[in-house]
Amino acid sequence: MAVSVDEAASTGPVRDRTPRARRFGGRGRSVLEVALLTVLAVVMLFPVLWMIETSIKENRDVYAIPAKFFDFKVTLDHFKDVFFSSGGGRSSLSVSFLNSVVVAGISTVLATVLGVPAAWAYSRFAVKAKKDQLFFILSTRFMPPVVVVIPIFLMYRQLGLIDTKLGLILIYTAFNVPFTIWMMKGFVDEVPAEYEDAAMLDGYTRLQAFRRFTLPLLLPGIAATAVFALIFSWNEFVFAIFLTSGDSVRTAPPAIAGLIGGTTVDWGLVAAASVVFALPVLVFAYLVRKHLIAGVTLGAVRR
Amino acid sequence: MAGIEVTALHKRYPDGTVAVDHVDLSIGDGELFVMLGPSGCGKTTTLRAIAGLERQTTGDIRIGDTLVNDLPPAERDIAMVFQFYALYPHLKTRDNLAFPLRAEGLPKTEVHERVDEAARLMRLGPLLDRRPHRLSGGEQQRVALARALVRRPRAFLMDEPLTNLDAELRADMRTEIKHLQGELGTTMVYVTHDQVEAMSLGHRIAILNKGRVEQIGTPLEVYDRPASLFCAAFIGSPPMNLIEVEVADGKLRSKSGLVLTPPPNLPRDRGLVAGVRPEALEVTEPGAEGSVPARVVSAEWLGDEIIYVVDHDGRRDVRVRMPPTVRFAADAPVGLRHTGGPPPVYDVSTEELVA
Repeated sequence: MAVSVDEAASTGPVRDRTPRARRFGGRGRSVLEVALLTVLAVVMLFPVLWMIETSIKENRDVYAIPAKFFDFKVTLDHFKDVFFSSGGGRSSLSVSFLNSVVVAGISTVLATVLGVPAAWAYSRFAVKAKKDQLFFILSTRFMPPVVVVIPIFLMYRQLGLIDTKLGLILIYTAFNVPFTIWMMKGFVDEVPAEYEDAAMLDGYTRLQAFRRFTLPLLLPGIAATAVFALIFSWNEFVFAIFLTSGDSVRTAPPAIAGLIGGTTVDWGLVAAASVVFALPVLVFAYLVRKHLIAGVTLGAVRR
Repeated sequence: MAGIEVTALHKRYPDGTVAVDHVDLSIGDGELFVMLGPSGCGKTTTLRAIAGLERQTTGDIRIGDTLVNDLPPAERDIAMVFQFYALYPHLKTRDNLAFPLRAEGLPKTEVHERVDEAARLMRLGPLLDRRPHRLSGGEQQRVALARALVRRPRAFLMDEPLTNLDAELRADMRTEIKHLQGELGTTMVYVTHDQVEAMSLGHRIAILNKGRVEQIGTPLEVYDRPASLFCAAFIGSPPMNLIEVEVADGKLRSKSGLVLTPPPNLPRDRGLVAGVRPEALEVTEPGAEGSVPARVVSAEWLGDEIIYVVDHDGRRDVRVRMPPTVRFAADAPVGLRHTGGPPPVYDVSTEELVA
């Protein structure tokens, strides 16, 4: 959801050109606005900056009192520790990262593969009690996931899915499918059904018409939806910590959390692991940022 | 080319809504047949059933001699033009036109020939290498028409093709479509909610309401003798005045005494409503012979005519079409007189034409 915050922030400058903003300072942005935004930026960004700083400090400097902001020696040892264990070979953290990639990736793909055709069907066909069905699908997202952790845990124990990647993939897919259906239905609604009608008159079956004409027009929407699903799966913590325990199965969030709690905490390692953990999602969201904006503004375009 | 027979067509959606309620249509070979009605009347559903985009619940559809109930759209040999044009956005005009032909697997030279012919017919020469997003609405619709032409189908189905164009362009395209259909002689089923379009295009018009056919007839028949109160209120701008009348001494009289020429064989035993066109009434000086007193509520100067709205029988919505030379001020006391022949008369309770 971090991405949606970025989007909201990027519309800021546009809003600031309204007359209301000008009333404060005369030309351009008012001093008050700049001051408020600065304070907000510092509050929001300081933890991130501190995390990055800590990840490249030597342990001595990490624990130094008073804290060292600028005057410290840069080291990449912590990052090395994230990936390699001290005795050589892969560290358990790197295994967790790989697990995260596998679990988030597969669950996102599954949710997309299941959700997009469902959204298309809900958008195009007259389905009995369509609104009720859609409401039911959405209702699975009404409560916080935490509420169902215990029942899921008991079910998974019966099914032998505890401590398996498959278990996590299934539960993340289950959470992402409703979201995908709802978000994609909006995108499908925007693509005129006439394209498919015309293609069917030209000799294609309905599915071919969907694949050849509607699907390409949906790609920006699919990209945006998949990014949101991916971020959810990537960041998910509660289910991961309840349903998995083994180092070989655990995803990154519980693994990083697991670093804290001993008698001593290697803050440098925690920070480095967090940086590595945060990067892929940021990069991915950055790459598809155009599609994300298209996704957010699609409904505003008159056809 | 072929006629289209629709027999007892019925379409019920899974949620229980009945979109088309046992509709029968017999569309002649080479006819330009218009289906007219308000939104939700079932006209588009009927058209989509003919196209094969929607499967009817019961009923038969024949195109030519073929029963097409179970044929997919592509095998019905028809072409359809949509309200939103539905040009493939990633293809240039030329390829949009060629697309259905290539899908059929025609040889390259013939595809080329037919595309050129359609482009010439619709004057698309300069647009052939553009993509849809670089075409204006009118141009897109011409391309869409050309794409229907290249197929040389047995019938054209038009789903409100002019709704998204501005008024001037719409009038031009209307002429163009009518001319084209006459030239090619291909059967065309044309769906619209615009009565002007229906009147000016159709050889025959079917008026639909709530999934049923209310009337089928030539534009003149539909205009002169609407088959039901619904048709009477729907056709004409301004619409017919529906005036409550009774039969007395062989005459047709409104409550306040306006005398109408009575049609023969009027039933006397029920409440009647006469449908009087605005041009069959006349606003006169107060007290003129055969007139009843009325009052001008408002006047709309349209240049070539004036529409007077007058007060009659306590209803303030009787519309009278007058030449622009006859001028009365708003609120002026006037006379109201019937000048036309016998008006169609309807039964109040069944809403059907009785005489």
